[in-house]
Amino acid sequence: MELFTNQVLAGIATGAIYACMALAVVMIYQAIDHLNFAQGEMAMFSTFISWQLMQWGVSYWAAFLITLAFSFVAGIAIERILFKPLAKAPVLTNVAGFIALFAIINSSAGLIWDFTIKQYPTPFGSAPFLGSQLISTHQAGMIGVTVLLLLGLYFFFQYTRIGLAMRAAASVPESARLVGINTSWMIALGWGMATAIGSIAGMLIAPVVFLEPNMMGGVLIYGFAAAVLGGLSSPFGAVVGGFLVGIFENLAGTYIPGVGNELKLPIALALIISVLVVKPAGLFGRHIVKRV
Amino acid sequence: MTTLLNVKDLRAYYGQVQALHGLSFSLNEGSLTTLLGANGAGKTTTLRAICNMVRSTGGIEFDGKPLNNRSTESIVRFGIAHVPQGRGTFTTMTVEENLQLGAITRKDSAGIVADIERMYAHFPVLKQRHTQQAGTLSGGEQQMLAVARALMLRPRLMLLDEPSFGLAPLVVRDLFGILGKINREDKVSILVVEQNAQLALELADQAYVIETGRIVMSGKAKDIANNEEIRKSYLGY
Repeated sequence: MELFTNQVLAGIATGAIYACMALAVVMIYQAIDHLNFAQGEMAMFSTFISWQLMQWGVSYWAAFLITLAFSFVAGIAIERILFKPLAKAPVLTNVAGFIALFAIINSSAGLIWDFTIKQYPTPFGSAPFLGSQLISTHQAGMIGVTVLLLLGLYFFFQYTRIGLAMRAAASVPESARLVGINTSWMIALGWGMATAIGSIAGMLIAPVVFLEPNMMGGVLIYGFAAAVLGGLSSPFGAVVGGFLVGIFENLAGTYIPGVGNELKLPIALALIISVLVVKPAGLFGRHIVKRV
Repeated sequence: MTTLLNVKDLRAYYGQVQALHGLSFSLNEGSLTTLLGANGAGKTTTLRAICNMVRSTGGIEFDGKPLNNRSTESIVRFGIAHVPQGRGTFTTMTVEENLQLGAITRKDSAGIVADIERMYAHFPVLKQRHTQQAGTLSGGEQQMLAVARALMLRPRLMLLDEPSFGLAPLVVRDLFGILGKINREDKVSILVVEQNAQLALELADQAYVIETGRIVMSGKAKDIANNEEIRKSYLGY
Protein backbone atom coordinates (compact mmCIF):
# COMPACT_ATOMS: atom_id res chain seq x y z
CA MET A 1 0.00 0.00 0.00
CA GLU A 2 2.86 2.34 0.82
CA LEU A 3 4.39 1.57 -2.57
CA PHE A 4 1.09 2.43 -4.22
CA THR A 5 0.70 5.77 -2.38
CA ASN A 6 4.33 6.55 -3.09
CA GLN A 7 3.93 5.91 -6.79
CA VAL A 8 0.71 7.92 -7.01
CA LEU A 9 2.30 10.92 -5.27
CA ALA A 10 5.39 10.72 -7.46
CA GLY A 11 3.05 10.48 -10.42
CA ILE A 12 1.24 13.62 -9.36
CA ALA A 13 4.59 15.41 -9.07
CA THR A 14 5.76 14.55 -12.59
CA GLY A 15 2.16 14.89 -13.73
CA ALA A 16 2.35 18.53 -12.66
CA ILE A 17 5.14 19.03 -15.19
CA TYR A 18 3.19 17.21 -17.92
CA ALA A 19 0.22 19.40 -17.06
CA CYS A 20 2.30 22.54 -17.62
CA MET A 21 3.60 21.26 -20.95
CA ALA A 22 0.12 20.16 -22.02
CA LEU A 23 -1.26 23.55 -21.05
CA ALA A 24 1.42 25.32 -23.08
CA VAL A 25 0.65 23.09 -26.08
CA VAL A 26 -3.11 23.65 -25.72
CA MET A 27 -2.75 27.42 -25.44
CA ILE A 28 -0.90 27.61 -28.74
CA TYR A 29 -3.20 25.03 -30.32
CA GLN A 30 -6.22 27.13 -29.36
CA ALA A 31 -4.64 30.24 -30.82
CA ILE A 32 -3.35 28.90 -34.15
CA ASP A 33 -4.73 25.34 -34.53
CA HIS A 34 -1.31 23.73 -34.69
CA LEU A 35 0.66 21.52 -32.31
CA ASN A 36 3.90 23.18 -31.30
CA PHE A 37 6.49 20.38 -31.65
CA ALA A 38 9.17 22.80 -30.47
CA GLN A 39 7.46 23.52 -27.13
CA GLY A 40 9.87 21.22 -25.31
CA GLU A 41 12.97 22.69 -26.92
CA MET A 42 11.78 26.20 -26.10
CA ALA A 43 11.39 25.11 -22.46
CA MET A 44 14.83 23.49 -22.53
CA PHE A 45 16.44 26.66 -23.89
CA SER A 46 14.78 28.74 -21.19
CA THR A 47 16.05 26.32 -18.57
CA PHE A 48 19.58 26.76 -19.91
CA ILE A 49 19.18 30.54 -19.65
CA SER A 50 18.26 30.22 -15.99
CA TRP A 51 21.18 27.84 -15.43
CA GLN A 52 23.54 30.30 -17.10
CA LEU A 53 22.24 33.12 -14.92
CA MET A 54 22.88 31.02 -11.84
CA GLN A 55 26.39 30.22 -13.08
CA TRP A 56 26.94 33.98 -13.19
CA GLY A 57 25.93 34.17 -9.55
CA VAL A 58 22.27 35.18 -9.79
CA SER A 59 20.16 33.60 -7.04
CA TYR A 60 17.68 30.85 -7.92
CA TRP A 61 14.45 32.85 -7.65
CA ALA A 62 15.88 35.91 -9.40
CA ALA A 63 17.06 33.66 -12.23
CA PHE A 64 13.62 32.02 -12.25
CA LEU A 65 11.84 35.36 -12.69
CA ILE A 66 14.29 36.72 -15.28
CA THR A 67 13.87 33.49 -17.24
CA LEU A 68 10.08 33.84 -17.12
CA ALA A 69 10.32 37.35 -18.55
CA PHE A 70 12.85 36.26 -21.17
CA SER A 71 10.65 33.33 -22.23
CA PHE A 72 7.58 35.53 -22.49
CA VAL A 73 9.35 38.00 -24.78
CA ALA A 74 11.03 35.22 -26.77
CA GLY A 75 7.68 33.50 -27.31
CA ILE A 76 6.18 36.68 -28.69
CA ALA A 77 9.22 37.22 -30.91
CA ILE A 78 9.00 33.68 -32.33
CA GLU A 79 5.34 34.21 -33.18
CA ARG A 80 5.92 37.60 -34.79
CA ILE A 81 8.94 36.52 -36.82
CA LEU A 82 8.16 32.93 -37.77
CA PHE A 83 4.50 32.04 -37.36
CA LYS A 84 2.62 35.26 -38.07
CA PRO A 85 3.80 35.15 -41.70
CA LEU A 86 2.70 31.47 -41.82
CA ALA A 87 -0.79 32.19 -40.46
CA LYS A 88 -2.54 31.47 -43.75
CA ALA A 89 -0.09 28.81 -44.94
CA PRO A 90 -1.11 25.13 -45.25
CA VAL A 91 -0.72 22.77 -42.30
CA LEU A 92 2.43 21.11 -43.62
CA THR A 93 4.20 24.45 -44.00
CA ASN A 94 3.50 25.13 -40.36
CA VAL A 95 4.70 21.65 -39.38
CA ALA A 96 7.93 22.34 -41.28
CA GLY A 97 8.20 25.62 -39.37
CA PHE A 98 7.88 23.85 -36.03
CA ILE A 99 10.44 21.21 -36.97
CA ALA A 100 12.84 23.91 -38.13
CA LEU A 101 12.35 25.74 -34.84
CA PHE A 102 12.95 22.47 -32.97
CA ALA A 103 16.21 21.84 -34.81
CA ILE A 104 17.44 25.43 -34.53
CA ILE A 105 16.85 25.66 -30.78
CA ASN A 106 18.22 22.20 -30.09
CA SER A 107 21.43 22.80 -32.03
CA SER A 108 21.94 26.30 -30.68
CA ALA A 109 21.68 25.00 -27.14
CA GLY A 110 24.20 22.29 -27.99
CA LEU A 111 26.49 24.85 -29.58
CA ILE A 112 26.35 27.29 -26.68
CA TRP A 113 26.28 24.89 -23.71
CA ASP A 114 27.39 21.56 -25.35
CA PHE A 115 25.63 18.24 -24.91
CA THR A 116 27.12 17.08 -21.60
CA ILE A 117 24.66 16.46 -18.80
CA LYS A 118 24.59 19.18 -16.14
CA GLN A 119 23.33 19.23 -12.58
CA TYR A 120 20.46 21.64 -12.03
CA PRO A 121 19.70 22.95 -8.54
CA THR A 122 16.41 22.79 -6.74
CA PRO A 123 15.36 25.52 -4.33
CA PHE A 124 13.28 23.05 -2.37
CA GLY A 125 16.00 20.54 -1.45
CA SER A 126 15.44 16.81 -1.75
CA ALA A 127 14.84 15.83 1.83
CA PRO A 128 11.72 13.81 2.70
CA PHE A 129 8.72 16.14 2.67
CA LEU A 130 7.40 16.77 6.22
CA GLY A 131 9.43 13.83 7.44
CA SER A 132 7.49 11.42 5.24
CA GLN A 133 9.29 8.98 2.96
CA LEU A 134 6.43 9.16 0.46
CA ILE A 135 7.47 12.32 -1.35
CA SER A 136 10.50 14.61 -1.45
CA THR A 137 10.47 18.35 -0.87
CA HIS A 138 11.34 18.96 -4.52
CA GLN A 139 8.37 16.87 -5.65
CA ALA A 140 6.14 18.77 -3.24
CA GLY A 141 7.61 22.00 -4.62
CA MET A 142 6.81 20.93 -8.19
CA ILE A 143 3.21 20.31 -7.23
CA GLY A 144 3.01 23.55 -5.23
CA VAL A 145 4.40 25.79 -7.97
CA THR A 146 2.15 24.18 -10.58
CA VAL A 147 -0.95 24.60 -8.45
CA LEU A 148 -0.10 28.28 -7.89
CA LEU A 149 0.46 28.73 -11.61
CA LEU A 150 -2.86 27.08 -12.48
CA LEU A 151 -4.75 29.20 -9.96
CA GLY A 152 -3.11 32.33 -11.36
CA LEU A 153 -4.01 31.37 -14.92
CA TYR A 154 -7.58 30.54 -13.95
CA PHE A 155 -7.94 33.93 -12.33
CA PHE A 156 -6.36 35.66 -15.32
CA PHE A 157 -8.62 34.05 -17.93
CA GLN A 158 -11.79 34.16 -15.87
CA TYR A 159 -11.65 37.57 -14.24
CA THR A 160 -9.51 39.96 -16.28
CA ARG A 161 -10.58 41.78 -19.40
CA ILE A 162 -7.46 40.83 -21.30
CA GLY A 163 -8.03 37.18 -20.37
CA LEU A 164 -11.60 37.46 -21.64
CA ALA A 165 -10.34 39.05 -24.86
CA MET A 166 -7.81 36.23 -25.35
CA ARG A 167 -10.51 33.59 -24.88
CA ALA A 168 -12.75 35.41 -27.34
CA ALA A 169 -9.99 35.70 -29.92
CA ALA A 170 -9.27 31.98 -29.65
CA SER A 171 -12.89 30.84 -29.85
CA VAL A 172 -14.44 33.06 -32.57
CA PRO A 173 -11.69 35.22 -34.16
CA GLU A 174 -14.00 37.03 -36.57
CA SER A 175 -16.46 38.10 -33.88
CA ALA A 176 -13.54 39.08 -31.68
CA ARG A 177 -12.30 41.48 -34.35
CA LEU A 178 -15.84 42.83 -34.69
CA VAL A 179 -15.91 43.87 -31.04
CA GLY A 180 -12.55 45.57 -31.51
CA ILE A 181 -10.08 42.95 -30.24
CA ASN A 182 -6.69 42.89 -31.94
CA THR A 183 -6.66 39.12 -32.44
CA SER A 184 -3.20 39.07 -33.93
CA TRP A 185 -1.67 40.43 -30.71
CA MET A 186 -3.80 38.08 -28.63
CA ILE A 187 -2.15 35.18 -30.48
CA ALA A 188 1.29 36.67 -29.79
CA LEU A 189 0.37 37.08 -26.13
CA GLY A 190 -0.73 33.43 -26.05
CA TRP A 191 2.67 32.42 -27.42
CA GLY A 192 4.42 34.49 -24.77
CA MET A 193 2.41 32.95 -21.96
CA ALA A 194 2.75 29.41 -23.30
CA THR A 195 6.51 29.82 -23.58
CA ALA A 196 6.73 31.16 -20.02
CA ILE A 197 4.62 28.24 -18.73
CA GLY A 198 6.87 25.82 -20.61
CA SER A 199 9.93 27.40 -19.02
CA ILE A 200 8.48 26.77 -15.56
CA ALA A 201 8.03 23.12 -16.49
CA GLY A 202 11.62 22.98 -17.73
CA MET A 203 13.09 24.57 -14.61
CA LEU A 204 11.08 22.31 -12.31
CA ILE A 205 11.87 19.05 -14.09
CA ALA A 206 15.58 19.80 -14.75
CA PRO A 207 16.74 18.64 -11.28
CA VAL A 208 15.05 15.29 -12.00
CA VAL A 209 16.02 14.60 -15.63
CA PHE A 210 19.24 16.71 -15.53
CA LEU A 211 20.01 19.58 -17.86
CA GLU A 212 20.98 18.82 -21.46
CA PRO A 213 19.63 19.81 -24.89
CA ASN A 214 17.48 16.68 -25.24
CA MET A 215 16.02 16.77 -21.74
CA MET A 216 12.48 17.69 -22.81
CA GLY A 217 11.96 15.08 -25.54
CA GLY A 218 10.20 12.55 -23.34
CA VAL A 219 8.47 15.21 -21.29
CA LEU A 220 6.90 16.79 -24.36
CA ILE A 221 5.57 13.44 -25.56
CA TYR A 222 3.93 12.96 -22.17
CA GLY A 223 2.65 16.52 -22.47
CA PHE A 224 1.11 15.70 -25.86
CA ALA A 225 -0.41 12.53 -24.40
CA ALA A 226 -1.88 14.59 -21.58
CA ALA A 227 -3.27 17.20 -23.97
CA VAL A 228 -4.85 14.54 -26.20
CA LEU A 229 -6.24 12.66 -23.21
CA GLY A 230 -7.81 15.78 -21.71
CA GLY A 231 -8.87 17.21 -25.04
CA LEU A 232 -6.91 19.72 -27.13
CA SER A 233 -9.76 22.19 -26.94
CA SER A 234 -9.82 22.26 -23.14
CA PRO A 235 -7.09 23.84 -20.98
CA PHE A 236 -8.76 22.32 -17.93
CA GLY A 237 -8.69 18.91 -19.63
CA ALA A 238 -5.00 19.33 -20.43
CA VAL A 239 -4.22 19.87 -16.75
CA VAL A 240 -6.29 16.89 -15.60
CA GLY A 241 -4.75 14.86 -18.43
CA GLY A 242 -1.27 15.81 -17.21
CA PHE A 243 -1.87 14.52 -13.71
CA LEU A 244 -3.58 11.36 -14.99
CA VAL A 245 -0.73 10.57 -17.38
CA GLY A 246 1.82 11.12 -14.59
CA ILE A 247 0.02 8.72 -12.26
CA PHE A 248 -0.68 6.19 -15.02
CA GLU A 249 2.95 6.22 -16.13
CA ASN A 250 4.22 5.47 -12.64
CA LEU A 251 1.65 2.79 -11.83
CA ALA A 252 2.19 1.04 -15.15
CA GLY A 253 5.96 1.10 -14.58
CA THR A 254 5.54 -0.39 -11.11
CA TYR A 255 2.78 -2.94 -11.50
CA ILE A 256 2.74 -4.16 -15.08
CA PRO A 257 5.49 -6.75 -15.33
CA GLY A 258 8.07 -6.05 -18.00
CA VAL A 259 7.24 -2.38 -18.41
CA GLY A 260 9.72 -0.86 -15.98
CA ASN A 261 11.51 2.30 -16.89
CA GLU A 262 12.38 1.36 -20.44
CA LEU A 263 8.86 0.85 -21.76
CA LYS A 264 7.24 3.85 -20.05
CA LEU A 265 7.42 6.04 -23.13
CA PRO A 266 5.68 3.60 -25.49
CA ILE A 267 2.90 3.51 -22.90
CA ALA A 268 2.38 7.25 -23.41
CA LEU A 269 2.19 6.72 -27.16
CA ALA A 270 -0.22 3.82 -26.74
CA LEU A 271 -2.34 6.11 -24.58
CA ILE A 272 -2.42 8.81 -27.29
CA ILE A 273 -3.57 6.32 -29.90
CA SER A 274 -6.18 4.66 -27.69
CA VAL A 275 -7.70 8.01 -26.78
CA LEU A 276 -7.79 9.13 -30.39
CA VAL A 277 -9.56 5.94 -31.38
CA VAL A 278 -12.06 5.75 -28.53
CA LYS A 279 -12.73 9.40 -27.73
CA PRO A 280 -11.19 11.67 -30.35
CA ALA A 281 -12.18 14.89 -28.57
CA GLY A 282 -10.53 13.74 -25.33
CA LEU A 283 -12.08 13.53 -21.87
CA PHE A 284 -13.08 17.19 -21.63
CA GLY A 285 -12.83 18.32 -25.24
CA ARG A 286 -15.84 19.57 -27.09
CA HIS A 287 -17.15 18.07 -30.24
CA ILE A 288 -17.81 21.01 -32.48
CA VAL A 289 -21.46 20.74 -33.42
CA LYS A 290 -22.81 23.27 -35.85
CA ARG A 291 -26.41 24.32 -36.10
CA VAL A 292 -27.63 24.12 -39.67
CA MET B 1 -29.27 66.36 -41.76
CA THR B 2 -25.62 65.31 -41.80
CA THR B 3 -24.25 62.35 -43.67
CA LEU B 4 -22.81 59.76 -41.31
CA LEU B 5 -21.72 57.10 -43.77
CA ASN B 6 -20.81 57.78 -47.35
CA VAL B 7 -19.94 54.92 -49.69
CA LYS B 8 -18.66 55.78 -53.15
CA ASP B 9 -17.95 53.51 -56.10
CA LEU B 10 -17.37 50.49 -53.86
CA ARG B 11 -15.94 47.42 -55.58
CA ALA B 12 -15.26 44.24 -53.64
CA TYR B 13 -13.53 41.00 -54.58
CA TYR B 14 -13.45 37.42 -53.33
CA GLY B 15 -10.20 36.23 -54.89
CA GLN B 16 -10.67 36.83 -58.60
CA VAL B 17 -14.42 37.15 -58.39
CA GLN B 18 -15.82 40.65 -58.23
CA ALA B 19 -18.87 40.86 -55.99
CA LEU B 20 -19.60 44.60 -55.95
CA HIS B 21 -19.45 46.68 -59.12
CA GLY B 22 -19.17 50.31 -58.10
CA LEU B 23 -21.82 50.68 -55.46
CA SER B 24 -22.60 54.10 -53.97
CA PHE B 25 -24.97 55.09 -51.20
CA SER B 26 -25.10 57.22 -48.10
CA LEU B 27 -26.71 57.13 -44.70
CA ASN B 28 -27.80 60.13 -42.66
CA GLU B 29 -27.08 60.55 -38.98
CA GLY B 30 -29.97 59.11 -36.98
CA SER B 31 -31.48 57.28 -39.93
CA LEU B 32 -32.57 53.68 -40.16
CA THR B 33 -31.61 52.63 -43.66
CA THR B 34 -32.18 49.27 -45.26
CA LEU B 35 -30.34 47.52 -48.08
CA LEU B 36 -32.61 45.11 -49.90
CA GLY B 37 -31.94 42.56 -52.56
CA ALA B 38 -32.07 38.90 -53.47
CA ASN B 39 -29.63 36.18 -52.48
CA GLY B 40 -26.15 36.90 -53.79
CA ALA B 41 -26.91 40.52 -54.68
CA GLY B 42 -24.00 41.75 -52.54
CA LYS B 43 -25.72 42.90 -49.36
CA THR B 44 -23.50 41.01 -46.96
CA THR B 45 -20.42 41.91 -48.98
CA THR B 46 -21.30 45.60 -48.66
CA LEU B 47 -21.39 45.35 -44.87
CA ARG B 48 -18.20 43.31 -44.81
CA ALA B 49 -16.47 45.85 -47.05
CA ILE B 50 -17.40 48.69 -44.67
CA CYS B 51 -15.59 46.81 -41.87
CA ASN B 52 -12.72 45.83 -44.15
CA MET B 53 -13.41 42.11 -43.89
CA VAL B 54 -13.19 41.68 -47.65
CA ARG B 55 -10.81 43.19 -50.21
CA SER B 56 -12.35 46.30 -51.73
CA THR B 57 -11.63 49.55 -53.53
CA GLY B 58 -13.57 52.80 -53.54
CA GLY B 59 -14.32 55.37 -50.91
CA ILE B 60 -15.89 54.67 -47.53
CA GLU B 61 -16.20 57.68 -45.26
CA PHE B 62 -17.58 57.61 -41.75
CA ASP B 63 -18.33 60.99 -40.21
CA GLY B 64 -16.03 62.56 -42.80
CA LYS B 65 -13.10 60.24 -42.04
CA PRO B 66 -11.96 57.62 -44.56
CA LEU B 67 -12.17 54.00 -43.36
CA ASN B 68 -10.18 52.44 -46.20
CA ASN B 69 -7.09 50.43 -45.28
CA ARG B 70 -7.90 50.36 -41.59
CA SER B 71 -8.06 47.05 -39.77
CA THR B 72 -11.45 45.67 -38.76
CA GLU B 73 -10.71 46.13 -35.07
CA SER B 74 -9.74 49.79 -35.50
CA ILE B 75 -12.88 50.52 -37.55
CA VAL B 76 -14.94 49.18 -34.65
CA ARG B 77 -13.32 51.81 -32.43
CA PHE B 78 -14.90 54.56 -34.54
CA GLY B 79 -18.21 53.41 -33.08
CA ILE B 80 -19.35 51.03 -35.80
CA ALA B 81 -20.89 47.86 -34.42
CA HIS B 82 -21.40 45.02 -36.88
CA VAL B 83 -23.82 42.19 -36.12
CA PRO B 84 -22.64 39.61 -38.65
CA GLN B 85 -24.64 37.03 -40.51
CA GLY B 86 -25.08 34.01 -38.25
CA ARG B 87 -24.90 36.35 -35.24
CA GLY B 88 -21.25 35.67 -34.34
CA THR B 89 -22.13 34.55 -30.83
CA PHE B 90 -19.28 33.51 -28.54
CA THR B 91 -21.08 30.23 -27.95
CA THR B 92 -18.76 28.80 -25.28
CA MET B 93 -19.00 31.87 -23.09
CA THR B 94 -21.77 33.04 -20.84
CA VAL B 95 -24.37 35.57 -21.90
CA GLU B 96 -22.86 38.15 -19.57
CA GLU B 97 -19.36 37.56 -20.94
CA ASN B 98 -20.72 38.13 -24.44
CA LEU B 99 -22.04 41.49 -23.31
CA GLN B 100 -18.74 42.39 -21.65
CA LEU B 101 -16.94 41.53 -24.87
CA GLY B 102 -19.15 43.99 -26.72
CA ALA B 103 -17.70 46.72 -24.48
CA ILE B 104 -14.13 45.43 -24.53
CA THR B 105 -12.81 48.63 -26.16
CA ARG B 106 -14.41 50.85 -23.54
CA LYS B 107 -12.57 52.05 -20.43
CA ASP B 108 -15.47 53.24 -18.22
CA SER B 109 -16.16 50.22 -16.05
CA ALA B 110 -19.04 51.90 -14.21
CA GLY B 111 -20.69 52.75 -17.54
CA ILE B 112 -20.26 49.17 -18.73
CA VAL B 113 -21.98 47.77 -15.63
CA ALA B 114 -24.83 50.25 -16.10
CA ASP B 115 -25.13 49.37 -19.80
CA ILE B 116 -25.32 45.65 -19.06
CA GLU B 117 -28.28 46.41 -16.79
CA ARG B 118 -29.80 48.54 -19.56
CA MET B 119 -29.50 45.60 -21.98
CA TYR B 120 -31.22 43.36 -19.46
CA ALA B 121 -34.04 45.91 -19.37
CA HIS B 122 -34.26 45.91 -23.19
CA PHE B 123 -34.06 42.10 -23.35
CA PRO B 124 -35.35 40.56 -20.11
CA VAL B 125 -34.74 37.03 -21.40
CA LEU B 126 -30.99 37.74 -21.37
CA LYS B 127 -31.12 38.57 -17.69
CA GLN B 128 -32.79 35.26 -16.90
CA ARG B 129 -30.03 33.48 -18.78
CA HIS B 130 -27.05 35.65 -17.90
CA THR B 131 -24.90 32.83 -16.46
CA GLN B 132 -25.87 30.37 -19.18
CA GLN B 133 -23.55 29.45 -22.08
CA ALA B 134 -24.61 31.57 -25.03
CA GLY B 135 -24.59 28.55 -27.34
CA THR B 136 -27.52 27.07 -25.44
CA LEU B 137 -29.77 30.02 -26.31
CA SER B 138 -32.43 29.71 -28.99
CA GLY B 139 -31.94 31.41 -32.34
CA GLY B 140 -34.10 34.37 -31.39
CA GLU B 141 -32.38 34.79 -28.04
CA GLN B 142 -28.99 34.65 -29.74
CA GLN B 143 -30.07 37.39 -32.11
CA MET B 144 -31.18 39.51 -29.15
CA LEU B 145 -27.80 38.83 -27.56
CA ALA B 146 -26.00 39.82 -30.78
CA VAL B 147 -27.87 43.13 -30.92
CA ALA B 148 -27.23 43.74 -27.21
CA ARG B 149 -23.54 42.90 -27.66
CA ALA B 150 -23.32 45.43 -30.49
CA LEU B 151 -25.06 48.09 -28.40
CA MET B 152 -22.55 47.58 -25.59
CA LEU B 153 -20.05 49.39 -27.80
CA ARG B 154 -22.30 52.47 -27.55
CA PRO B 155 -22.10 52.62 -31.31
CA ARG B 156 -22.97 55.57 -33.51
CA LEU B 157 -23.76 53.20 -36.35
CA MET B 158 -24.98 49.64 -36.14
CA LEU B 159 -24.71 47.30 -39.13
CA LEU B 160 -27.12 44.38 -39.05
CA ASP B 161 -26.81 41.46 -41.44
CA GLU B 162 -30.16 39.70 -41.92
CA PRO B 163 -31.34 39.84 -38.32
CA SER B 164 -34.56 38.04 -39.29
CA PHE B 165 -32.76 35.01 -40.69
CA GLY B 166 -34.05 31.74 -39.28
CA LEU B 167 -36.37 33.36 -36.75
CA ALA B 168 -40.07 32.78 -36.24
CA PRO B 169 -42.25 35.65 -37.56
CA LEU B 170 -43.36 36.71 -34.07
CA VAL B 171 -39.79 36.86 -32.85
CA VAL B 172 -38.86 38.95 -35.89
CA ARG B 173 -41.65 41.44 -35.12
CA ASP B 174 -40.38 41.70 -31.57
CA LEU B 175 -36.80 42.22 -32.68
CA PHE B 176 -37.66 44.84 -35.28
CA GLY B 177 -39.73 46.69 -32.71
CA ILE B 178 -36.69 46.84 -30.44
CA LEU B 179 -34.47 48.01 -33.31
CA GLY B 180 -36.86 50.87 -34.03
CA LYS B 181 -36.86 51.81 -30.37
CA ILE B 182 -33.05 51.77 -30.19
CA ASN B 183 -32.93 53.96 -33.29
CA ARG B 184 -35.36 56.51 -31.88
CA GLU B 185 -34.44 56.55 -28.21
CA ASP B 186 -30.70 55.83 -28.19
CA LYS B 187 -30.09 57.80 -31.40
CA VAL B 188 -28.15 54.92 -32.96
CA SER B 189 -28.06 55.07 -36.75
CA ILE B 190 -28.80 51.67 -38.23
CA LEU B 191 -28.00 50.07 -41.57
CA VAL B 192 -29.90 46.82 -41.89
CA VAL B 193 -29.52 44.29 -44.66
CA GLU B 194 -32.63 42.19 -45.24
CA GLN B 195 -34.26 39.66 -47.48
CA ASN B 196 -37.53 40.17 -45.69
CA ALA B 197 -38.24 43.35 -47.67
CA GLN B 198 -41.77 43.94 -46.45
CA LEU B 199 -40.82 44.08 -42.81
CA ALA B 200 -37.62 46.03 -43.40
CA LEU B 201 -39.49 48.69 -45.38
CA GLU B 202 -41.99 49.11 -42.55
CA LEU B 203 -39.16 49.74 -40.15
CA ALA B 204 -36.76 51.85 -42.23
CA ASP B 205 -36.92 55.46 -43.38
CA GLN B 206 -34.51 55.11 -46.31
CA ALA B 207 -34.08 52.13 -48.60
CA TYR B 208 -31.70 50.98 -51.31
CA VAL B 209 -32.21 48.01 -53.58
CA ILE B 210 -29.12 46.08 -54.75
CA GLU B 211 -28.93 43.76 -57.70
CA THR B 212 -25.75 41.93 -58.72
CA GLY B 213 -23.47 44.32 -56.91
CA ARG B 214 -25.06 47.60 -58.00
CA ILE B 215 -27.66 49.93 -56.52
CA VAL B 216 -30.69 49.80 -58.81
CA MET B 217 -33.19 51.79 -56.75
CA SER B 218 -33.17 54.19 -53.85
CA GLY B 219 -35.60 56.39 -52.03
CA LYS B 220 -37.81 56.75 -49.02
CA ALA B 221 -38.80 53.37 -47.64
CA LYS B 222 -42.47 54.40 -47.77
CA ASP B 223 -42.34 55.23 -51.48
CA ILE B 224 -40.58 52.01 -52.39
CA ALA B 225 -43.06 49.99 -50.35
CA ASN B 226 -45.94 51.72 -52.16
CA ASN B 227 -44.53 51.28 -55.64
CA GLU B 228 -46.05 48.07 -56.88
CA GLU B 229 -43.73 47.79 -59.88
CA ILE B 230 -40.56 47.88 -57.80
CA ARG B 231 -42.05 45.51 -55.30
CA LYS B 232 -42.92 42.97 -57.96
CA SER B 233 -39.73 43.15 -60.00
CA TYR B 234 -37.14 43.44 -57.24
CA LEU B 235 -38.60 42.51 -53.91
CA GLY B 236 -40.85 39.63 -54.82
CA TYR B 237 -43.95 40.37 -52.82
